[in-house]
Amino acid sequence: MHSLLPLPFFHIWVYLRTQPLLGLAATLCAWEVACMIDRRAGHKALTNPTVLAVLMLVTALLVTGTSYQTYFTGAVYIHFLLGPATVALAVPMYANWPAIKRNFVPILVSLGAGSVVAAVSAMVIARALGAPHEVVMSLGPKSVTTPIAMGVAQELGGIPALTAVFVIITGMFGTLICVPLFKAARVKDWQAQGLAAGTAAHGIATSHMIRLNETAGAFGGLAIGLNGVVTALILPVLVAIFGL
Amino acid sequence: MVRALTILVLYQLIGTVLQQGTGLPVPGAVIGLVLALGWFLKFGPPGDDLRLTAQGLLKYLGLLFVPAGVGVVNQLGMLRQNAVAILIAIGVSTALGLLVTGVTMQWFLSKREAKGHA
Repeated sequence: MHSLLPLPFFHIWVYLRTQPLLGLAATLCAWEVACMIDRRAGHKALTNPTVLAVLMLVTALLVTGTSYQTYFTGAVYIHFLLGPATVALAVPMYANWPAIKRNFVPILVSLGAGSVVAAVSAMVIARALGAPHEVVMSLGPKSVTTPIAMGVAQELGGIPALTAVFVIITGMFGTLICVPLFKAARVKDWQAQGLAAGTAAHGIATSHMIRLNETAGAFGGLAIGLNGVVTALILPVLVAIFGL
Repeated sequence: MVRALTILVLYQLIGTVLQQGTGLPVPGAVIGLVLALGWFLKFGPPGDDLRLTAQGLLKYLGLLFVPAGVGVVNQLGMLRQNAVAILIAIGVSTALGLLVTGVTMQWFLSKREAKGHA
């Protein structure tokens, strides 16, 4: 890097690299730029702001030869809010509680079945195709909203950073295929569509469903929280029993 | 807002203490979520302050997992080596999950509707 910069700037760069400020500022700036691109593109599945921001920052780290550990000393201030944000999911879940209570058994059975099938099939397929243990464990919680998914991956012995990427790929893929898939399988009801989108592809697919129908959006929202809790409770037990 | 953040952090703290104490393989923050939901259901809805702070945090959830996502920079080799397995596993399992939940829920709703008309 120093060959590219005049000497005084090189000294500033060396100083900043030891400070948390740069990682924090870079994360916030990347996010703002990503949101701007996403807005201009009309909120497409492929212009997900998290994906764009991660791509920008990964490129920046590789180009400047900065280690992730150095970057994270600043980014940790944002990262830490994931915990309180997970607890905050209780607020929309409470708001959706009347809808959950009205259809308690259908929702719990449909969501539980889809949740287990998505998690177990992902792990079994990856293992059959020869993926190592850490990758298999990181895939288990990929249908769940990121903060919970990363926590579950940690508990299972996976790699939370890999899980974060898998969660995003799942959300984007789910968004692309959900509408044609529902049509082919004759899933017509908006409640069923929203619940399935939120269960299998969390917030990314749900934000897509919200734009199609309000009821679908509400059921997607309740599925995100419920599936997070269901997966966090069931997946470790399944892994322990079947030794995936 | 500070009070709301304090409440959220305390729930996470209690959840983490419970998790460490019991050895449950569930993240402390998820235990905190369940406790908070249980509290609202038993003692009434969250106050405006907590509700608005929670909505504010969740609105920027996408930003909050950027730092962890960048961690993939240390896993690029692992991703490249297993790209095919990962993509097939995610593609098939996501389609299966969508189908199982969607079809099951549709079956329940259609059954109820049929009953309603009978």
